[in-house]
Amino acid sequence: MGAYVNPIYPYKAPTDLKATPPLRKPLIVIGAGPVGLAAAVDARLQGLDVLVLDDDKTVSVGSRAVCYAKRSLEILDRLGVADPACALGVSWNIGRTFLEEDEVYQFNLVPDAGHKRPGMINLQQYHIEEMLIARALELGADIRWQHKVTAVTRHEDHATLTVETPDGSFDIEADWLVVADGARSPIRRHLGLDIEGRVFQDRFLIADVIMKADYPAERWFWFDPPFHPNQSVLLHKQSNNVWRIDFQLGWDADPEEEKKPEKVIPRLKAMLGDDRPFELEWVSIYTFQCRRMTDFRHGRVLFVGDAAHQVSPFGARGANSGFQDADDLMWKLALVIQGQAPEKLLDTYALDRQFAADENIMNSTRSTDFITPKSRTSKTFRNQVLALAKHYPFARKLVNSGRLSVPSFLTQSLLNTPDADTFEGNMVPGAPMDDAPVQVQGKEAWLLDQVGHGFACLLFVDAVPSDAQLAQLQSLQKGPLPVKPLIVAPRALDVPGLKVIVDAQGWIAKRYDGKAGTTYLLRPDQHVAARWRQLNAALVQQAVARATCN
Amino acid sequence: MQTTLLKTDPNFHEPGRRFFRDFSPGDDFYEALIEAHNGLTDEQSEALNARLILVLANHIGDLRVLREALQAARAAA
Repeated sequence: MGAYVNPIYPYKAPTDLKATPPLRKPLIVIGAGPVGLAAAVDARLQGLDVLVLDDDKTVSVGSRAVCYAKRSLEILDRLGVADPACALGVSWNIGRTFLEEDEVYQFNLVPDAGHKRPGMINLQQYHIEEMLIARALELGADIRWQHKVTAVTRHEDHATLTVETPDGSFDIEADWLVVADGARSPIRRHLGLDIEGRVFQDRFLIADVIMKADYPAERWFWFDPPFHPNQSVLLHKQSNNVWRIDFQLGWDADPEEEKKPEKVIPRLKAMLGDDRPFELEWVSIYTFQCRRMTDFRHGRVLFVGDAAHQVSPFGARGANSGFQDADDLMWKLALVIQGQAPEKLLDTYALDRQFAADENIMNSTRSTDFITPKSRTSKTFRNQVLALAKHYPFARKLVNSGRLSVPSFLTQSLLNTPDADTFEGNMVPGAPMDDAPVQVQGKEAWLLDQVGHGFACLLFVDAVPSDAQLAQLQSLQKGPLPVKPLIVAPRALDVPGLKVIVDAQGWIAKRYDGKAGTTYLLRPDQHVAARWRQLNAALVQQAVARATCN
Repeated sequence: MQTTLLKTDPNFHEPGRRFFRDFSPGDDFYEALIEAHNGLTDEQSEALNARLILVLANHIGDLRVLREALQAARAAA
């Protein structure tokens, strides 16, 4: 069944990993899913040695996570795989919502011009994983397939892992352990750690269908369609003529029965019409929970992605928030491992990503309650919102078929330096940076591509910076934690030794409320740490110290 | 449908609070609305809805707005 053939990655006997006493590695990642792989790639970019252990020997079976949101693409850009992902993925902006036979309204995901990446692309998870594996290997990550971690013992300054392979089991130690072993997380269970939340009593059927359909690349969502009464249906296009169709089945459906092709095919025919040829690539039945671990950090063991938190699939907040976990964690872990920040910096990983997980859980729970109302009253409200949505803009805004993944504004983060000056706009301390089209050395470029993997500082100017300013920027480059200076100017300027970002159309000035002298301190994960109306290197250094718990 | 006084553009907000996403204030209200019905029988929910309409109508007060609202709700069925 299907067109995609899973690659088999070669098993390597762990002769070099077995030792008595056990080897000690600086960093081990458990799980080569999208999030564990992103963490491994980022570790290499931060200059860390990393060993990845995975119990399987291939990428995901079935398309699984298929929507990658703009913030994920920006993270993947920093990791070096966004270009192939966007080249293969399907871009879409238009979403249509139907009630019974009628289209209620449509939305356009990208009203906001001036961003390098689209609001969302659709791409099968196995493709993303293949790209991340290639990138991790290219950067020198050590990935071991068919290495199943069966036990973890936590110690004050390391963890000991027992690893099972086709050549028997062995112990190995890690100074730091990143657990990315998915929603069922055997390691989380093994360590007896809590994960709490809400189970939803509903079942959904996912069918990946290969067909040469002339439907446009749009997201179509039906409430109560004639071909599947009283339930919801979602249609999405993936790459290579694969379509994702998602049927709500209700709690009473028998998952084994519903998975059978003789049961699935009539459902698809009712939807697609009898004569359209198609082939089934993958079928899965799922239920879901909205829950998270109480604490993402347990000493030297750090949990990321689905292992730490789970959401309903509505809104694509699973893999997307997992990438943000890795993005938040790895620069902090690098500073701690390299002795440039205290361990408590990692507590801010836990606090900030727990805050983000709560927001994701809240939004995906709200979508779920709208899509699958739990009472007659709730259903009446839902259907009347849809009725009003045909006529009134306010009701369209209430229609909730998934609030598509957007990053959290980490306004509560302990790493932020609160504003002392007054600013307009959304780029508050803790905000994920807005992108902008710019020119660098006479070429078209994007703001986010200029900031790199470390701390950076944007200085807005309207002419060549003064000697005093240049001296301050130089001192920031030479501090214990170097800050890369970037000059933002309305036109090309010659500033020897410094990168000048030309904001000819004023996108950055507008989005960041930048005026001559305005200074932004940016974290390695492209979040705003602090901002001022004047450059003052001492204040910037204090903010860097604060953003690293120093 | 044309209305003159009745607001039909998104209008949920909370003074003093900043929303970074435009869907958030409406979703906050909708969640509170559904939550208010939690644990009620259908009959109790119907009664709650009636009381809610009366409370809100008194708050709005302006009969011109209320007539337009009644008209808009009836016509959208």
